[in-house]
Amino acid sequence: MPDALKVLLQGLAVLAAIALVAVLPTYLELFTLMQMTLFAAMGVLALSLGFIWGFGGILSFGQTAFFGIGGYTYAVAAINFGDSTNAILLAILLPALFAAALGYFVFYGRISEVYLGVITLTVTLILFNVVNSTAGDAYTIGQARLGGFNGIPSVPTFNAPYAPDAVLTPEAGWWVTGSALIAVYVLMRLLLASPFGRIAVAVRENETRAALLGYDPRLIKLGVFMVGGAVAGLAGALYVNWGAFVGPTIFSLSLSAEIIIWITVGGLGTLIGPVVGCFLIQYLNAKIGSQQAFNANLVLGVILVAFVLLLPKGIVPTLRDALLGLGRRTLRRPAPETAARTQIAGAE
Amino acid sequence: MDLSLIIALDVVNGASALFLLCLGLAIIFGMMKIINLAHGEFVMLGAYATVISANAGLNIWIAMLLVAPLFVGLVGLVIERCLIRFLYGRLVDSMLATWGLSLCLIGLVTTIFGNTINGVPTPLGGFQIGAYRSSWYTIFLFGMAVLMMALVYGVMRFTRFGLVARAVMLNPGMAATLGVNPAKIYMATFGIGAAVTGLAGGLLAPVSGITPVMGTAFVAKCFITVVGGGAAIISGTLSAAGLFGFVNQVGAFLTTPVYGEVILFLSAILLIRLLPQGISGRFFKGTL
Repeated sequence: MPDALKVLLQGLAVLAAIALVAVLPTYLELFTLMQMTLFAAMGVLALSLGFIWGFGGILSFGQTAFFGIGGYTYAVAAINFGDSTNAILLAILLPALFAAALGYFVFYGRISEVYLGVITLTVTLILFNVVNSTAGDAYTIGQARLGGFNGIPSVPTFNAPYAPDAVLTPEAGWWVTGSALIAVYVLMRLLLASPFGRIAVAVRENETRAALLGYDPRLIKLGVFMVGGAVAGLAGALYVNWGAFVGPTIFSLSLSAEIIIWITVGGLGTLIGPVVGCFLIQYLNAKIGSQQAFNANLVLGVILVAFVLLLPKGIVPTLRDALLGLGRRTLRRPAPETAARTQIAGAE
Repeated sequence: MDLSLIIALDVVNGASALFLLCLGLAIIFGMMKIINLAHGEFVMLGAYATVISANAGLNIWIAMLLVAPLFVGLVGLVIERCLIRFLYGRLVDSMLATWGLSLCLIGLVTTIFGNTINGVPTPLGGFQIGAYRSSWYTIFLFGMAVLMMALVYGVMRFTRFGLVARAVMLNPGMAATLGVNPAKIYMATFGIGAAVTGLAGGLLAPVSGITPVMGTAFVAKCFITVVGGGAAIISGTLSAAGLFGFVNQVGAFLTTPVYGEVILFLSAILLIRLLPQGISGRFFKGTL
């Protein structure tokens, strides 16, 4: 496909997505809309890991560390400031800084793949344990009580920028969350098209070669990791806004595992794949939750195993390859029988 | 004096439990370079096998020392044939698939037995040191850890199977040209690793809360210990379990159990940063 056509198609897709976000509240009931808001917030989280794993080659078993820090930062800041605007910004900044510190520790120590997984997992466990034990009056930040196991209830939700009294309605909350998802997607696309993104992919493909070409793989990976941390932090703020609550389970291992499942199902190495996987699995989870026959863990586990064994590329790349292959065959080789077959297929 | 004795016992207990829990994972990781994230669920299955057969009237010792390892070993063999054998050499995929497996097992056990099950009482009673009490079971756990260590060392060092297994571990291609079938060795290793893990589950059943999700509490700790220990099965696991068990218990004594765990995790991160090949990659190179 020519590049111009590709860009045009992608632009159209983004416009369609924006239109969808805009009109959805008129067609959906409030309950479904709230559910979609949650899905979209989690979609942002899926994008954060999809970016660092798919394009930076960094498999973090503890992406929820940044998600949780973002959530807690938002909650504490929103309670103290009484205004959500700066709280959101802080919820992006702080996880990014934390990712910078952790990433410096890991990448500049030249720690290999498995060990990176162990360290991110461990950090998540530490955060869970620490936050879980912050019950009591001793643990307050400004006016916010961390509340330990019980978490922080009734966190102020989003308001219009710098207007604390104009609290957003659920519909507006959906618009914000949905557009955040689209904005993150577009920004990541642009970042990947930039020199930085291209070098990041080069580092993922072959670290030594990238280093020999004069790029510092450690710095590049650190950058990718920080972007992932910032986006996960934003997802945390969106999530807390959705539920007006944050508790230590935001750091849980099962959520970390679920993000990895979303990406494996949707397709590693794409940006749309993680979002597709996230929506599918969450929809499935919601469906399973409303019946008794099958245990959610059982179903999720079977799906993950099946995808790793049978469809390791995930849904989106498999579909894309199938479509591209079909297109190429019909375009390149208009041999009589192929053309005839296509015609028949088209007629059906 | 009495207090320090009790703390020493606690440290020994923590390290023995950690060693028993990690040994199976270390066997599988050291031999096959596969991280089995369903490890915690193997522990859970071992505990369930023990509790269910003991509650059905079987002698607790038989349930613990025979039923648990045999059952989990069989489960391990089935899982190796149906799942793991397709994933050799694909480290990340094997982690994902075994993570999926762990979710499956949790779901399955929850579906069959529900969220709780009656435990078994701790056998052997206790003894007195000054003003403190401790249980004989602690000493028994330590004995079992020593026994298992000796057993694995003996098998790996002095039997034909151990020799072949070590050869496959070093160079599967070379071993295959000499007439060994690496696939069979991998299968056996996975089964043995699972059985050892099942035994650990059985041994810990009387002293831990038994729920379908109990494994998740162990898997991260074991994962960290094995990776911190490095590739050598015994020296690596022993040194890492000893170190982390010590740090955990002393930390728990000085602060709270929660922060004891946090201190364990922090020291693990530091250890991995300083010794990226694990303890045995640096200090016990070439040992078992």
